[in-house]
Amino acid sequence: MPDLGKYADTVLSAYGLSALLLLGLLVMTLRRGAKVRAELAAVEQRVKSNG
Amino acid sequence: MSIWEYANPKKFLRTTERILPPLWLVSGVLILGGLIWGFFFTPDDYRQGSTVKIIYLHVPAALMAINAWFMMLVASLIWVIRRHHVSALAAKAAAPVGVVMTLIALITGAIWGQPMWGTWWAWDPRLTSFLVLFLFYLGYIALWEAIDNPDTAADLTSILCLVGSVFAVLSRYAVNFWNQGLHQGASLSLDKQENVADVFAYPLYACMAGFILFFLVLVLYRTGTEIRLRRMKALLARERMSDA
Amino acid sequence: MRDLRLAFRAGGGFGLGLAFFLIVTVMVPFSVGPNSATLATIAPGVLWLGALLACLLSLDRLLALDWEDGSLDLLATAPLPLEGVLSIKALAHWLTTGLPLVLAAPVLGVLLNLPAGGYLWITLSLLIGTPALSVIGCFGAALTVGLKRGGLLMSLLVMPLYVPTLIFGAEVARRGAQGMAVETPLLMLGGITLGSIALLPFASAAVLRVNLR
Repeated sequence: MPDLGKYADTVLSAYGLSALLLLGLLVMTLRRGAKVRAELAAVEQRVKSNG
Repeated sequence: MSIWEYANPKKFLRTTERILPPLWLVSGVLILGGLIWGFFFTPDDYRQGSTVKIIYLHVPAALMAINAWFMMLVASLIWVIRRHHVSALAAKAAAPVGVVMTLIALITGAIWGQPMWGTWWAWDPRLTSFLVLFLFYLGYIALWEAIDNPDTAADLTSILCLVGSVFAVLSRYAVNFWNQGLHQGASLSLDKQENVADVFAYPLYACMAGFILFFLVLVLYRTGTEIRLRRMKALLARERMSDA
Repeated sequence: MRDLRLAFRAGGGFGLGLAFFLIVTVMVPFSVGPNSATLATIAPGVLWLGALLACLLSLDRLLALDWEDGSLDLLATAPLPLEGVLSIKALAHWLTTGLPLVLAAPVLGVLLNLPAGGYLWITLSLLIGTPALSVIGCFGAALTVGLKRGGLLMSLLVMPLYVPTLIFGAEVARRGAQGMAVETPLLMLGGITLGSIALLPFASAAVLRVNLR
Protein backbone atom coordinates (compact mmCIF):
# COMPACT_ATOMS: atom_id res chain seq x y z
CA MET A 1 0.00 0.00 0.00
CA PRO A 2 1.56 3.31 -1.01
CA ASP A 3 1.68 6.14 1.47
CA LEU A 4 -1.10 8.50 0.45
CA GLY A 5 -0.31 11.09 3.06
CA LYS A 6 -3.02 13.44 4.24
CA TYR A 7 -5.02 12.99 1.05
CA ALA A 8 -5.71 9.29 1.61
CA ASP A 9 -9.46 9.86 2.07
CA THR A 10 -9.66 11.91 -1.08
CA VAL A 11 -7.85 9.45 -3.32
CA LEU A 12 -9.49 6.36 -1.89
CA SER A 13 -13.00 7.76 -2.06
CA ALA A 14 -12.45 8.80 -5.68
CA TYR A 15 -11.25 5.32 -6.58
CA GLY A 16 -13.97 3.67 -4.55
CA LEU A 17 -16.84 5.62 -6.02
CA SER A 18 -15.53 5.21 -9.56
CA ALA A 19 -15.09 1.48 -9.09
CA LEU A 20 -18.61 1.28 -7.71
CA LEU A 21 -20.04 3.11 -10.71
CA LEU A 22 -18.06 1.13 -13.27
CA LEU A 23 -18.87 -2.21 -11.67
CA GLY A 24 -22.51 -1.23 -11.30
CA LEU A 25 -22.69 -0.41 -14.99
CA LEU A 26 -20.94 -3.65 -15.88
CA VAL A 27 -23.17 -5.81 -13.71
CA MET A 28 -26.35 -4.15 -14.95
CA THR A 29 -25.25 -4.55 -18.56
CA LEU A 30 -24.38 -8.21 -18.14
CA ARG A 31 -27.50 -9.10 -16.17
CA ARG A 32 -29.80 -7.42 -18.63
CA GLY A 33 -27.94 -9.06 -21.50
CA ALA A 34 -28.28 -12.50 -19.95
CA LYS A 35 -31.94 -11.95 -19.16
CA VAL A 36 -32.82 -10.82 -22.67
CA ARG A 37 -30.82 -13.68 -24.16
CA ALA A 38 -32.70 -16.23 -22.06
CA GLU A 39 -36.08 -14.70 -22.86
CA LEU A 40 -35.34 -14.64 -26.56
CA ALA A 41 -34.29 -18.27 -26.46
CA ALA A 42 -37.55 -19.17 -24.71
CA VAL A 43 -39.65 -17.25 -27.23
CA GLU A 44 -37.82 -18.74 -30.18
CA GLN A 45 -38.33 -22.21 -28.76
CA ARG A 46 -42.03 -21.61 -28.38
CA VAL A 47 -42.40 -20.17 -31.87
CA LYS A 48 -40.62 -23.18 -33.32
CA SER A 49 -42.69 -25.72 -31.42
CA ASN A 50 -45.91 -23.97 -32.40
CA GLY A 51 -44.95 -24.39 -35.99
CA MET B 1 -16.44 -6.72 -47.76
CA SER B 2 -17.53 -3.37 -46.44
CA ILE B 3 -18.40 -2.03 -43.04
CA TRP B 4 -22.06 -1.94 -43.99
CA GLU B 5 -22.25 -5.71 -43.81
CA TYR B 6 -22.24 -5.30 -40.05
CA ALA B 7 -25.50 -3.47 -40.39
CA ASN B 8 -27.00 -6.93 -40.71
CA PRO B 9 -28.05 -7.76 -37.12
CA LYS B 10 -27.30 -11.47 -37.48
CA LYS B 11 -23.83 -10.83 -38.81
CA PHE B 12 -23.26 -8.25 -36.10
CA LEU B 13 -24.24 -10.72 -33.39
CA ARG B 14 -22.08 -13.49 -34.81
CA THR B 15 -19.02 -11.28 -35.14
CA THR B 16 -19.33 -9.60 -31.76
CA GLU B 17 -19.87 -13.00 -30.18
CA ARG B 18 -16.48 -13.97 -31.51
CA ILE B 19 -14.46 -10.84 -30.77
CA LEU B 20 -15.99 -9.82 -27.45
CA PRO B 21 -14.27 -12.28 -25.06
CA PRO B 22 -10.70 -11.22 -25.97
CA LEU B 23 -11.76 -7.58 -25.94
CA TRP B 24 -13.24 -7.93 -22.45
CA LEU B 25 -9.95 -9.38 -21.35
CA VAL B 26 -7.74 -6.73 -22.93
CA SER B 27 -9.81 -3.82 -21.65
CA GLY B 28 -9.89 -5.32 -18.18
CA VAL B 29 -6.15 -5.84 -18.15
CA LEU B 30 -5.48 -2.34 -19.43
CA ILE B 31 -7.75 -0.62 -16.92
CA LEU B 32 -6.65 -2.68 -13.96
CA GLY B 33 -3.01 -2.56 -15.03
CA GLY B 34 -3.08 1.17 -15.65
CA LEU B 35 -4.83 1.88 -12.38
CA ILE B 36 -2.54 -0.36 -10.36
CA TRP B 37 0.49 1.13 -12.06
CA GLY B 38 -0.80 4.61 -11.42
CA PHE B 39 -1.96 3.91 -7.89
CA PHE B 40 1.01 2.00 -6.56
CA PHE B 41 4.00 2.83 -8.69
CA THR B 42 3.91 6.53 -9.47
CA PRO B 43 5.36 9.24 -7.22
CA ASP B 44 3.25 11.96 -5.66
CA ASP B 45 3.13 15.29 -7.36
CA TYR B 46 5.09 17.95 -5.50
CA ARG B 47 2.12 20.31 -5.30
CA GLN B 48 -0.89 18.00 -5.39
CA GLY B 49 0.50 15.25 -3.22
CA SER B 50 -1.20 11.92 -3.72
CA THR B 51 -4.34 13.45 -5.18
CA VAL B 52 -2.61 13.40 -8.54
CA LYS B 53 -3.54 9.71 -8.68
CA ILE B 54 -7.13 10.69 -9.35
CA ILE B 55 -6.08 11.74 -12.84
CA TYR B 56 -6.04 8.08 -13.93
CA LEU B 57 -9.79 7.96 -13.46
CA HIS B 58 -10.77 11.52 -14.16
CA VAL B 59 -9.15 12.10 -17.54
CA PRO B 60 -10.14 8.80 -19.21
CA ALA B 61 -13.71 9.13 -17.93
CA ALA B 62 -13.96 12.69 -19.20
CA LEU B 63 -12.50 11.60 -22.53
CA MET B 64 -15.11 8.90 -22.91
CA ALA B 65 -17.94 11.11 -21.70
CA ILE B 66 -17.41 13.35 -24.70
CA ASN B 67 -16.55 10.64 -27.18
CA ALA B 68 -19.60 8.60 -26.21
CA TRP B 69 -21.78 11.52 -27.24
CA PHE B 70 -19.77 11.90 -30.41
CA MET B 71 -20.24 8.23 -31.19
CA MET B 72 -23.99 8.61 -30.60
CA LEU B 73 -23.97 11.53 -33.00
CA VAL B 74 -22.28 9.48 -35.72
CA ALA B 75 -24.57 6.51 -35.11
CA SER B 76 -27.61 8.80 -35.23
CA LEU B 77 -26.43 10.25 -38.53
CA ILE B 78 -25.99 6.78 -39.97
CA TRP B 79 -29.49 5.86 -38.84
CA VAL B 80 -31.00 9.01 -40.31
CA ILE B 81 -29.19 8.63 -43.63
CA ARG B 82 -28.94 4.87 -44.18
CA ARG B 83 -31.54 3.53 -41.75
CA HIS B 84 -29.57 0.64 -40.32
CA HIS B 85 -31.24 -0.61 -37.18
CA VAL B 86 -27.98 -1.69 -35.58
CA SER B 87 -26.78 1.89 -35.74
CA ALA B 88 -29.80 3.28 -33.92
CA LEU B 89 -29.57 0.57 -31.30
CA ALA B 90 -25.86 1.25 -30.82
CA ALA B 91 -26.63 4.89 -30.09
CA LYS B 92 -29.23 3.79 -27.56
CA ALA B 93 -26.77 1.35 -26.00
CA ALA B 94 -24.04 3.99 -25.68
CA ALA B 95 -26.07 6.61 -23.80
CA PRO B 96 -26.11 5.02 -20.32
CA VAL B 97 -22.38 4.29 -20.60
CA GLY B 98 -21.83 7.94 -21.44
CA VAL B 99 -23.87 8.97 -18.41
CA VAL B 100 -21.75 6.87 -16.09
CA MET B 101 -18.56 8.25 -17.61
CA THR B 102 -19.82 11.81 -17.17
CA LEU B 103 -20.76 11.04 -13.58
CA ILE B 104 -17.33 9.58 -12.83
CA ALA B 105 -15.62 12.61 -14.33
CA LEU B 106 -17.83 14.94 -12.28
CA ILE B 107 -17.49 13.00 -9.03
CA THR B 108 -13.74 12.44 -9.19
CA GLY B 109 -13.35 16.08 -10.19
CA ALA B 110 -15.38 17.21 -7.19
CA ILE B 111 -13.48 14.95 -4.80
CA TRP B 112 -10.19 16.25 -6.17
CA GLY B 113 -11.36 19.86 -6.15
CA GLN B 114 -12.28 19.78 -2.49
CA PRO B 115 -8.70 19.74 -1.11
CA MET B 116 -7.06 21.37 -4.16
CA TRP B 117 -9.34 24.27 -4.97
CA GLY B 118 -10.96 24.31 -1.54
CA THR B 119 -14.38 23.65 -3.02
CA TRP B 120 -16.42 20.71 -4.28
CA TRP B 121 -17.84 22.65 -7.10
CA ALA B 122 -17.09 25.84 -8.96
CA TRP B 123 -18.99 27.21 -11.91
CA ASP B 124 -15.98 26.81 -14.09
CA PRO B 125 -16.57 26.47 -17.85
CA ARG B 126 -15.34 22.89 -18.08
CA LEU B 127 -17.28 21.74 -15.05
CA THR B 128 -20.36 23.55 -16.20
CA SER B 129 -20.26 22.13 -19.70
CA PHE B 130 -19.97 18.64 -18.29
CA LEU B 131 -23.00 19.25 -16.15
CA VAL B 132 -24.87 20.44 -19.23
CA LEU B 133 -23.67 17.37 -21.12
CA PHE B 134 -25.04 15.25 -18.29
CA LEU B 135 -28.44 16.92 -18.69
CA PHE B 136 -28.35 16.24 -22.44
CA TYR B 137 -27.70 12.57 -21.75
CA LEU B 138 -30.60 12.42 -19.32
CA GLY B 139 -32.99 14.00 -21.81
CA TYR B 140 -31.83 11.66 -24.56
CA ILE B 141 -32.35 8.55 -22.44
CA ALA B 142 -35.68 9.80 -21.14
CA LEU B 143 -36.91 10.26 -24.70
CA TRP B 144 -35.89 6.69 -25.62
CA GLU B 145 -37.75 5.38 -22.60
CA ALA B 146 -40.87 7.39 -23.29
CA ILE B 147 -41.65 6.11 -26.78
CA ASP B 148 -42.97 2.62 -27.46
CA ASN B 149 -42.46 2.25 -31.18
CA PRO B 150 -38.74 1.52 -31.66
CA ASP B 151 -38.48 3.13 -35.10
CA THR B 152 -40.22 6.30 -33.99
CA ALA B 153 -38.01 6.42 -30.92
CA ALA B 154 -34.89 5.97 -33.04
CA ASP B 155 -35.95 8.76 -35.39
CA LEU B 156 -36.82 11.21 -32.65
CA THR B 157 -33.76 10.54 -30.51
CA SER B 158 -31.48 10.81 -33.54
CA ILE B 159 -32.79 14.24 -34.39
CA LEU B 160 -32.60 15.23 -30.73
CA CYS B 161 -28.98 14.08 -30.72
CA LEU B 162 -28.19 16.17 -33.81
CA VAL B 163 -29.88 19.29 -32.49
CA GLY B 164 -28.49 18.64 -29.02
CA SER B 165 -24.94 18.43 -30.37
CA VAL B 166 -25.22 21.86 -31.92
CA PHE B 167 -26.55 23.32 -28.70
CA ALA B 168 -23.99 21.47 -26.60
CA VAL B 169 -21.21 23.11 -28.60
CA LEU B 170 -22.94 26.47 -28.29
CA SER B 171 -23.20 25.95 -24.54
CA ARG B 172 -19.52 25.20 -24.39
CA TYR B 173 -18.70 28.56 -25.95
CA ALA B 174 -21.35 30.30 -23.89
CA VAL B 175 -19.97 29.09 -20.56
CA ASN B 176 -16.45 29.90 -21.68
CA PHE B 177 -17.58 33.42 -22.23
CA TRP B 178 -19.63 33.50 -19.07
CA ASN B 179 -16.99 32.66 -16.52
CA GLN B 180 -13.24 32.43 -16.41
CA GLY B 181 -11.88 29.02 -15.63
CA LEU B 182 -10.36 27.49 -12.55
CA HIS B 183 -9.70 24.24 -14.39
CA GLN B 184 -6.23 23.62 -15.74
CA GLY B 185 -5.68 23.38 -19.48
CA ALA B 186 -5.33 20.18 -21.41
CA SER B 187 -3.49 17.45 -19.53
CA LEU B 188 -2.31 15.89 -22.77
CA SER B 189 -1.58 18.22 -25.59
CA LEU B 190 1.18 18.55 -28.14
CA ASP B 191 2.43 21.56 -26.29
CA LYS B 192 5.07 20.04 -24.04
CA GLN B 193 4.98 22.88 -21.55
CA GLU B 194 1.47 22.16 -20.32
CA ASN B 195 1.79 18.42 -20.33
CA VAL B 196 1.84 16.21 -17.32
CA ALA B 197 5.22 14.64 -16.66
CA ASP B 198 6.08 11.33 -18.31
CA VAL B 199 5.89 9.33 -15.07
CA PHE B 200 2.24 10.21 -14.87
CA ALA B 201 1.59 10.07 -18.59
CA TYR B 202 2.34 6.41 -19.34
CA PRO B 203 -0.06 4.84 -16.83
CA LEU B 204 -2.53 7.47 -17.94
CA TYR B 205 -2.25 6.29 -21.55
CA ALA B 206 -2.87 2.74 -20.39
CA CYS B 207 -5.98 3.82 -18.50
CA MET B 208 -7.26 5.82 -21.45
CA ALA B 209 -6.78 2.90 -23.83
CA GLY B 210 -8.48 0.68 -21.28
CA PHE B 211 -11.44 3.02 -20.91
CA ILE B 212 -11.82 3.32 -24.68
CA LEU B 213 -11.85 -0.45 -25.07
CA PHE B 214 -14.14 -0.88 -22.09
CA PHE B 215 -16.57 1.57 -23.64
CA LEU B 216 -16.37 -0.25 -26.96
CA VAL B 217 -16.97 -3.64 -25.36
CA LEU B 218 -19.87 -2.40 -23.29
CA VAL B 219 -21.50 -0.73 -26.29
CA LEU B 220 -21.08 -3.79 -28.51
CA TYR B 221 -22.48 -6.04 -25.82
CA ARG B 222 -25.39 -3.71 -25.08
CA THR B 223 -26.13 -3.33 -28.77
CA GLY B 224 -26.34 -7.11 -28.97
CA THR B 225 -28.81 -7.05 -26.10
CA GLU B 226 -30.91 -4.41 -27.86
CA ILE B 227 -30.90 -6.42 -31.08
CA ARG B 228 -32.15 -9.50 -29.25
CA LEU B 229 -34.77 -7.45 -27.45
CA ARG B 230 -35.97 -6.08 -30.76
CA ARG B 231 -36.12 -9.51 -32.31
CA MET B 232 -38.03 -10.84 -29.34
CA LYS B 233 -40.59 -8.06 -29.62
CA ALA B 234 -40.99 -8.80 -33.30
CA LEU B 235 -41.51 -12.51 -32.61
CA LEU B 236 -44.05 -11.82 -29.89
CA ALA B 237 -45.92 -9.43 -32.15
CA ARG B 238 -46.05 -12.02 -34.92
CA GLU B 239 -47.29 -14.60 -32.44
CA ARG B 240 -50.12 -12.33 -31.36
CA MET B 241 -51.01 -11.74 -35.00
CA SER B 242 -51.28 -15.45 -35.78
CA ASP B 243 -53.28 -16.07 -32.60
CA ALA B 244 -55.82 -13.46 -33.50
CA MET C 1 -52.55 33.74 -41.63
CA ARG C 2 -55.79 32.07 -40.68
CA ASP C 3 -53.48 29.68 -38.91
CA LEU C 4 -52.04 32.50 -36.89
CA ARG C 5 -55.50 33.63 -35.79
CA LEU C 6 -56.42 30.10 -34.86
CA ALA C 7 -53.25 29.67 -32.88
CA PHE C 8 -54.03 32.93 -31.15
CA ARG C 9 -57.40 31.67 -30.08
CA ALA C 10 -56.09 28.22 -29.23
CA GLY C 11 -53.23 29.81 -27.31
CA GLY C 12 -55.91 30.47 -24.70
CA GLY C 13 -53.68 31.16 -21.75
CA PHE C 14 -52.82 34.57 -23.08
CA GLY C 15 -52.41 36.05 -19.64
CA LEU C 16 -51.42 32.83 -17.94
CA GLY C 17 -47.74 32.97 -18.80
CA LEU C 18 -47.71 36.60 -17.77
CA ALA C 19 -49.33 35.82 -14.43
CA PHE C 20 -46.77 33.07 -13.86
CA PHE C 21 -43.95 35.49 -14.62
CA LEU C 22 -45.42 37.93 -12.09
CA ILE C 23 -45.79 35.32 -9.38
CA VAL C 24 -42.25 34.00 -9.82
CA THR C 25 -40.88 37.51 -9.55
CA VAL C 26 -42.92 38.16 -6.44
CA MET C 27 -41.78 34.92 -4.84
CA VAL C 28 -38.10 35.71 -5.26
CA PRO C 29 -37.81 38.38 -2.52
CA PHE C 30 -39.66 36.02 -0.18
CA SER C 31 -37.02 33.37 -0.75
CA VAL C 32 -33.83 35.48 -0.74
CA GLY C 33 -34.87 38.25 1.63
CA PRO C 34 -35.86 41.86 1.03
CA ASN C 35 -32.34 43.32 0.99
CA SER C 36 -32.48 45.71 -1.95
CA ALA C 37 -28.78 45.46 -2.81
CA THR C 38 -29.03 41.68 -3.15
CA LEU C 39 -32.18 42.00 -5.22
CA ALA C 40 -30.55 44.53 -7.50
CA THR C 41 -27.67 42.13 -8.17
CA ILE C 42 -29.82 39.16 -9.05
CA ALA C 43 -32.67 41.06 -10.74
CA PRO C 44 -31.53 40.55 -14.38
CA GLY C 45 -30.98 36.83 -13.85
CA VAL C 46 -34.28 36.37 -12.06
CA LEU C 47 -36.19 38.20 -14.77
CA TRP C 48 -34.59 36.05 -17.44
CA LEU C 49 -35.23 32.84 -15.54
CA GLY C 50 -38.83 33.83 -14.87
CA ALA C 51 -39.41 34.61 -18.53
CA LEU C 52 -37.81 31.32 -19.53
CA LEU C 53 -39.98 29.29 -17.17
CA ALA C 54 -43.13 31.10 -18.22
CA CYS C 55 -42.22 30.33 -21.81
CA LEU C 56 -41.58 26.70 -20.99
CA LEU C 57 -44.85 26.19 -19.19
CA SER C 58 -46.89 27.49 -22.08
CA LEU C 59 -45.21 25.21 -24.60
CA ASP C 60 -47.30 22.10 -24.17
CA ARG C 61 -50.33 24.00 -25.44
CA LEU C 62 -48.41 24.89 -28.58
CA LEU C 63 -49.23 21.71 -30.47
CA ALA C 64 -51.23 19.57 -28.03
CA LEU C 65 -54.64 21.05 -28.83
CA ASP C 66 -54.18 20.64 -32.57
CA TRP C 67 -52.94 17.13 -31.99
CA GLU C 68 -56.01 16.16 -30.01
CA ASP C 69 -58.59 17.41 -32.48
CA GLY C 70 -56.63 16.05 -35.43
CA SER C 71 -56.07 19.35 -37.17
CA LEU C 72 -52.36 18.68 -37.07
CA ASP C 73 -52.84 15.89 -39.62
CA LEU C 74 -54.72 18.35 -41.81
CA LEU C 75 -51.96 20.90 -41.49
CA ALA C 76 -49.37 18.30 -42.42
CA THR C 77 -51.16 17.57 -45.69
CA ALA C 78 -51.95 21.21 -46.37
CA PRO C 79 -50.23 22.92 -49.33
CA LEU C 80 -48.20 25.02 -46.93
CA PRO C 81 -44.98 23.16 -46.01
CA LEU C 82 -44.89 21.88 -42.45
CA GLU C 83 -41.76 23.91 -41.78
CA GLY C 84 -43.76 27.06 -42.54
CA VAL C 85 -46.67 25.94 -40.40
CA LEU C 86 -44.37 25.36 -37.45
CA SER C 87 -42.62 28.68 -37.94
CA ILE C 88 -45.99 30.40 -37.82
CA LYS C 89 -46.94 28.40 -34.74
CA ALA C 90 -43.72 29.47 -33.06
CA LEU C 91 -44.39 33.06 -34.09
CA ALA C 92 -47.88 32.85 -32.64
CA HIS C 93 -46.45 31.42 -29.44
CA TRP C 94 -43.98 34.27 -29.27
CA LEU C 95 -46.67 36.90 -29.89
CA THR C 96 -48.94 35.45 -27.20
CA THR C 97 -46.26 34.57 -24.65
CA GLY C 98 -42.88 36.07 -25.44
CA LEU C 99 -43.92 39.59 -26.32
CA PRO C 100 -46.07 40.15 -23.20
CA LEU C 101 -43.15 38.90 -21.13
CA VAL C 102 -40.83 41.39 -22.79
CA LEU C 103 -43.25 44.22 -22.08
CA ALA C 104 -43.82 43.13 -18.50
CA ALA C 105 -40.15 42.69 -17.64
CA PRO C 106 -39.34 46.39 -16.98
CA VAL C 107 -42.40 46.71 -14.74
CA LEU C 108 -41.36 43.69 -12.73
CA GLY C 109 -37.83 45.07 -12.69
CA VAL C 110 -39.13 47.82 -10.42
CA LEU C 111 -40.21 45.20 -7.90
CA LEU C 112 -36.70 43.76 -7.86
CA ASN C 113 -34.95 47.09 -7.54
CA LEU C 114 -33.30 46.75 -10.94
CA PRO C 115 -30.59 49.43 -11.42
CA ALA C 116 -31.68 52.28 -13.67
CA GLY C 117 -29.30 51.38 -16.49
CA GLY C 118 -30.71 47.88 -16.70
CA TYR C 119 -34.23 48.57 -17.97
CA LEU C 120 -33.25 49.14 -21.55
CA TRP C 121 -31.00 46.07 -21.67
CA ILE C 122 -33.35 43.62 -19.98
CA THR C 123 -36.07 44.62 -22.42
CA LEU C 124 -33.79 44.51 -25.41
CA SER C 125 -32.18 41.18 -24.48
CA LEU C 126 -35.57 39.59 -23.85
CA LEU C 127 -36.87 41.03 -27.09
CA ILE C 128 -34.00 39.43 -29.00
CA GLY C 129 -33.84 36.24 -26.95
CA THR C 130 -37.44 35.15 -26.48
CA PRO C 131 -38.03 34.29 -30.17
CA ALA C 132 -35.26 31.70 -29.79
CA LEU C 133 -37.07 30.33 -26.72
CA SER C 134 -40.26 29.96 -28.74
CA VAL C 135 -38.58 28.29 -31.71
CA ILE C 136 -36.58 25.88 -29.55
CA GLY C 137 -39.69 25.18 -27.52
CA CYS C 138 -41.58 24.42 -30.70
CA PHE C 139 -39.00 21.75 -31.45
CA GLY C 140 -39.48 20.29 -27.98
CA ALA C 141 -43.25 20.36 -28.36
CA ALA C 142 -42.99 18.58 -31.71
CA LEU C 143 -40.77 15.91 -30.15
CA THR C 144 -43.17 15.08 -27.36
CA VAL C 145 -46.50 15.83 -29.00
CA GLY C 146 -48.03 12.36 -28.96
CA LEU C 147 -46.87 11.35 -25.53
CA LYS C 148 -48.86 11.02 -22.39
CA ARG C 149 -47.31 13.09 -19.65
CA GLY C 150 -45.12 14.71 -22.27
CA GLY C 151 -44.92 17.99 -20.39
CA LEU C 152 -42.38 16.92 -17.83
CA LEU C 153 -40.27 15.14 -20.43
CA MET C 154 -40.40 18.20 -22.63
CA SER C 155 -39.01 20.35 -19.83
CA LEU C 156 -36.14 17.93 -19.44
CA LEU C 157 -35.43 18.01 -23.18
CA VAL C 158 -35.87 21.74 -23.75
CA MET C 159 -34.02 23.09 -20.71
CA PRO C 160 -30.52 22.06 -21.85
CA LEU C 161 -31.26 23.57 -25.25
CA TYR C 162 -32.12 26.84 -23.52
CA VAL C 163 -28.72 27.05 -21.84
CA PRO C 164 -26.85 29.18 -24.42
CA THR C 165 -29.77 31.56 -24.88
CA LEU C 166 -30.14 32.00 -21.15
CA ILE C 167 -26.44 32.56 -20.59
CA PHE C 168 -26.04 35.20 -23.27
CA GLY C 169 -29.39 36.84 -22.57
CA ALA C 170 -28.83 37.13 -18.85
CA GLU C 171 -25.28 38.23 -19.50
CA VAL C 172 -26.50 41.15 -21.63
CA ALA C 173 -28.96 42.16 -18.94
CA ARG C 174 -26.42 41.77 -16.13
CA ARG C 175 -23.69 43.72 -17.88
CA GLY C 176 -26.15 46.35 -18.95
CA ALA C 177 -27.37 46.78 -15.41
CA GLN C 178 -23.80 47.24 -14.21
CA GLY C 179 -23.01 49.66 -17.00
CA MET C 180 -20.51 47.43 -18.77
CA ALA C 181 -20.10 46.82 -22.49
CA VAL C 182 -22.77 44.51 -23.88
CA GLU C 183 -21.95 44.22 -27.58
CA THR C 184 -20.43 40.72 -27.58
CA PRO C 185 -23.16 38.82 -25.72
CA LEU C 186 -25.78 40.85 -27.55
CA LEU C 187 -24.36 39.78 -30.90
CA MET C 188 -24.10 36.16 -29.75
CA LEU C 189 -27.69 36.25 -28.52
CA GLY C 190 -28.84 37.63 -31.83
CA GLY C 191 -26.84 34.98 -33.64
CA ILE C 192 -28.43 32.18 -31.65
CA THR C 193 -31.90 33.56 -32.25
CA LEU C 194 -31.41 34.01 -35.99
CA GLY C 195 -29.76 30.60 -36.33
CA SER C 196 -32.56 28.91 -34.40
CA ILE C 197 -35.25 30.63 -36.45
CA ALA C 198 -33.52 29.68 -39.68
CA LEU C 199 -32.70 26.03 -38.95
CA LEU C 200 -34.82 24.60 -36.16
CA PRO C 201 -38.17 24.61 -38.00
CA PHE C 202 -36.69 21.98 -40.33
CA ALA C 203 -35.81 19.77 -37.37
CA SER C 204 -39.23 20.40 -35.79
CA ALA C 205 -41.01 19.52 -39.03
CA ALA C 206 -38.95 16.35 -39.46
CA VAL C 207 -39.76 15.30 -35.92
CA LEU C 208 -43.44 16.10 -36.31
CA ARG C 209 -43.65 14.04 -39.50
CA VAL C 210 -42.24 11.09 -37.61
CA ASN C 211 -44.78 11.59 -34.84
CA LEU C 212 -47.67 11.84 -37.29
CA ARG C 213 -46.68 8.64 -39.07
